[in-house]
Amino acid sequence: MTEEKKIKLKRLESSKVLGKFMADYYYELDNAAKTGERKIAWCTSVGPAEILRAMGFLVYFPETHSAMLGSSRMATELIPKANAVGYSPDICSYLTADIGAYLEKVSPLANIFEGIQGPPKPDVLVFNTNQCRDVQDWFNFYSEAYDVPVVGVHSYVGIQAVEEAHVKSIAKQMEDLIPPLAHVIGNTLDMDRFKETVALSRECSDLWKQVLDTAAAVPSPLTFFDGTTLMGAAVVGRGTQRANDCYRTLLAELNHRIADKEGAIEDEQFRIYWDGMPVWGRLSAHAKMFAALKTNVLASTYCNSWIFSALDPDDPFNSMARAYTELFIVRADAPKEAYIRNMLEFFKVDGIIYHDAKTCPNNSNCRYGMPQRIERQSGIPSLTINGDLNDLRLISDEQTKTNVEAFIEQLAENK
Amino acid sequence: MNYFAGADVGASRTKVAVIDANGHMVGTRVHRSGTDFTATADRCLTEALAMADIGKDRIGRTISTGYGRKNVSYAQDHRTEISCHGKGCYHYFPFAITIIDIGGQDNKIIKIDENGRRTAFKMNRKCAAGTGAFLEEMSPRLDIPLSEMNGLAVASTDMVKLGSFCTVFSATEVLENIRRGKRVEDIVKGLFFSVISRITEMDAFTEKVVMTGGVVAHNPYLVEMTQELINRTILVPELPQFTGALGAALYARETYMN
Repeated sequence: MTEEKKIKLKRLESSKVLGKFMADYYYELDNAAKTGERKIAWCTSVGPAEILRAMGFLVYFPETHSAMLGSSRMATELIPKANAVGYSPDICSYLTADIGAYLEKVSPLANIFEGIQGPPKPDVLVFNTNQCRDVQDWFNFYSEAYDVPVVGVHSYVGIQAVEEAHVKSIAKQMEDLIPPLAHVIGNTLDMDRFKETVALSRECSDLWKQVLDTAAAVPSPLTFFDGTTLMGAAVVGRGTQRANDCYRTLLAELNHRIADKEGAIEDEQFRIYWDGMPVWGRLSAHAKMFAALKTNVLASTYCNSWIFSALDPDDPFNSMARAYTELFIVRADAPKEAYIRNMLEFFKVDGIIYHDAKTCPNNSNCRYGMPQRIERQSGIPSLTINGDLNDLRLISDEQTKTNVEAFIEQLAENK
Repeated sequence: MNYFAGADVGASRTKVAVIDANGHMVGTRVHRSGTDFTATADRCLTEALAMADIGKDRIGRTISTGYGRKNVSYAQDHRTEISCHGKGCYHYFPFAITIIDIGGQDNKIIKIDENGRRTAFKMNRKCAAGTGAFLEEMSPRLDIPLSEMNGLAVASTDMVKLGSFCTVFSATEVLENIRRGKRVEDIVKGLFFSVISRITEMDAFTEKVVMTGGVVAHNPYLVEMTQELINRTILVPELPQFTGALGAALYARETYMN
């Protein structure tokens, strides 16, 4: 009998520091919601968080909650609850899982953090449609549910080159957020504090980039699966000193691994790039599956989406507008393909896996011939797996396993 | 020990092939996989060995493949069915080929270059459309044994075209056509066309196309219809249901020799 190998994943010591950061973050939000001491803004994960933070809001990101619903495998039971009130099973399963959790009054936060019942009640909701239109519908639901205002930035999509006109338009929309936000919090934006926040956010972005870039080492000290949890501070904590301190600790540990030639997995034989969303409910299973195949999925479009190198404290509105418009997800296929080709080269990748997430068309880049074009241009083979970020009913584990094993066999035979 | 075995435990059927040192199949056996993959694989091996008239001690190495590849008690290693089908087909047709494998649970399109190296592959999405399961689902609805479907499709004179992508929706369409008085032969040919349409939509094809799998073995008319649809000459190996098992046995021989 050819038994499946039992794989024990390596843990990074500094993940504890990041874990403590996340715990403190949720407790601070929970305390604010309970005491009313601080106003809370809900923000999309690549929304204008720096403005909110500089104005004095505590910032909560519903997408992190949805990812937790996915990784705790609560999402699949909750999605139908949202379907029943009119949100289709074909739309974003972050949205449907989160609304389902709200309707059922359940939250993974309650299982992880003692004393926290669920997400903190918002005072205002702020979106940026740079990711997709679904975030606006998602926030509109909560605006009605909590009877709080919702404001947002309507981004461009399919951008070839980011032009000055794009930047000016988005920057103006960001500036226009200030009066309604000031009305909620009772003070306006202090430009010095804003610049400081943008400077900290840029530093966070630079540190996060350095963390992810360590995966270029052979063997890589980091996996994509590590990255999906370690990125928490870059998502929820950018613009704070503490997030940056966490990443310095993490970076030091990764550099130590590089110096010791210690890979994140044992005996790394193949290096894979992941495009698309993680399958949150299978994070550990996928990490073990690849490790058993001596394959490191070490870089991704997803984790790199929280790198905002255009942020400039001397020109905060324009640079934020540029940073949040230069994002991969907002761009046309040509710049997306150039981006991936650069990543393949930088990370010395043997193959690409595209995750075609059923409910996330905006972050599934394999539906318009891109894998074939990139394969023709780079010569690097690819595999598309069908699945979803949160809805486990859309996943066939056996098919995924067979596809992945067959892909690695192909890489091995052709190496 | 001049023999090697390949055990292909598929979602629907388990196939075992025993080959000699020259790669000739000397024993084969197929049974429904059932619920005890290990026992079925054992039974297939025993019967394949009897057919080859050799004892188990003559098997130098066994490789398993298919969905139940990790449940074969006598296999020393396993490989995916994608690799094994590629290996098995290239053994018969040693040039650049595109393989269409129609299995009970899934379809595969596998591309092999002139040197026998796999360059790409695709499996069907999480959907039974175009698989053997689709025909298995339709057989009781039409009250026709699976074994009679091929003959009925051949006798069709006015194929009923089914438009749905989904097995359930197709079943509704079939019922609608029965109600409208369409001939069973024409509906069955429509089902066959539906199967090959789903598969030929999966990828582009090279000049030489090979078709394999149990569905092809039992329904040779599918090959004829596919040939017409994609306008290519289609090659079919001697025992199309056993190419996965043969490929596994060839891998067993290769690794044993090395």
